[in-house]
Amino acid sequence: MYVAVKGGERAIENAHAWIAEERRGDTDIAELSIAQIREQLSLAVNRVMAEGSLYDPDLAALAIKQARGDLIEAIFLIRAYRTTLPRFGASEPVDTGAMACDRRISATFKDLPGGQVLGPTFDYTHRLLDFKLAADGEALEAPSREAAPGDVPHVTDFLNREGLIEEAPHDDTPPPDLTREPLEIPAERALRLQALTRADEGFTLGLAYSTQRGYGRNHAFVGELRIGSVPVEMDIPELGFSVEIGEVTLTECETVNQFKGSKIEPPQFTRGYGLVFGQTERKAISMALVDRALRWEELGEDNVGAPAQDAEFVLYHADNIQATGFLEHIKLPHYVDFQSELELVRKLRRKAGAQQVQEAAE
Amino acid sequence: MKDTESENNPRKAWMGLLAKAPEGRVAALLDAEISRPAFSWLRAPEIGSTMVRARAGATGAPFNLGEMTITRCALTLDTGEVGHSYIQGRRKADAEVSALVDALMQTAMASRLRETVLEPLEAGMATAKAARAAKAAATKVDFFTMVRGED
Repeated sequence: MYVAVKGGERAIENAHAWIAEERRGDTDIAELSIAQIREQLSLAVNRVMAEGSLYDPDLAALAIKQARGDLIEAIFLIRAYRTTLPRFGASEPVDTGAMACDRRISATFKDLPGGQVLGPTFDYTHRLLDFKLAADGEALEAPSREAAPGDVPHVTDFLNREGLIEEAPHDDTPPPDLTREPLEIPAERALRLQALTRADEGFTLGLAYSTQRGYGRNHAFVGELRIGSVPVEMDIPELGFSVEIGEVTLTECETVNQFKGSKIEPPQFTRGYGLVFGQTERKAISMALVDRALRWEELGEDNVGAPAQDAEFVLYHADNIQATGFLEHIKLPHYVDFQSELELVRKLRRKAGAQQVQEAAE
Repeated sequence: MKDTESENNPRKAWMGLLAKAPEGRVAALLDAEISRPAFSWLRAPEIGSTMVRARAGATGAPFNLGEMTITRCALTLDTGEVGHSYIQGRRKADAEVSALVDALMQTAMASRLRETVLEPLEAGMATAKAARAAKAAATKVDFFTMVRGED
């Protein structure tokens, strides 16, 4: 059956012009600059960088502006831009032990070297709307106190000393890259971590929450949560040595999970790991819980059939760009497909009708 | 470990410093000191990405965390010295001036530029870092024990 396949160009152009106008909104209101978004909506910028899988605050801010604040649309723009960039190489693995921490807390040890540093957190706020922000508020200077010099050690190091927690032994296996090879199951942990760090925050949060509610419970404590900047060092082939090329802000969460032991492992604490671009702690904690749930097989745990233990389910549904691409494509013209469905239903009805007539006659 | 490596390789140290400098800062310091020498491009500034890696559990096997934008270029001074730069972000002007300083640091101007460009850069960045660390330190919890009932 022939269905019109052309047309709509003018309608599309006019729709685009209208988004531009709607994006701008009331022209009596000052226009947002990229710098304003970058500086004042920084947690949205961080989410777009993390899930867009490209660290560049100005680009993320531009994407948020262009997408009218629709963060998944902004992430889509970043992912599309990313594919146009030539890749010059890969960095040395970042050393989060050398992080300049803005925030560093542990839910498992009260008194730990380096202390509990709250940082710029929403925790302990009362979640009451602050109407002062609706008026012209001037920025307050945050108080300062003399800082102790030196790196802040990881909390898991203390538990390691007693041998009570599984180790993460040093390894230099080149990691697989899902931006170069399609994601295939079974996926090793390095691939799962790459998929999780760019996974949708809401989906990851929901899965992590499901493990807490009993669907593959793994008794997670936040051993440590730290946010801060780390230098990124990259090997420069022309020079024959590596150089620091910049700094990125990261959020790292290490969970400490109760573990009774299994056929292959002694009773000890096990670990889940979350590491995400930007100040993104809800996502990093969620990632650590889901990482731990997905490790059931290598730790010799039972698969209780929980969604968070199912690597295929988790990894193939966690990417919001893949998900939204497939979901939203069903609103685009499917006239031909639908015509054939329509024909089929008509035929079935004719057949059913004919049968009824025949049965009535009998 | 990293620090001793940088001490043994001053070029690595200054390239890292130039890469992490705030936007426009290297140009401001250099242009205040000298007029830029002539050079030719070996590789004109180009924008690309690098894949940032991390380690599972902070110390274990590496995995790909995500990419970051970078700009790189390479140039030769008329006197023959080659300067490189690899810097974060999409910043062609900063990449150019960083490569220029990298090349000039291999000439007789090195000690002058160390004093007028690198040291002020380092000081400015150390101040900014210290200010942030001091704000973090102000949010450090001081615990105190409440009087216990059983005493």
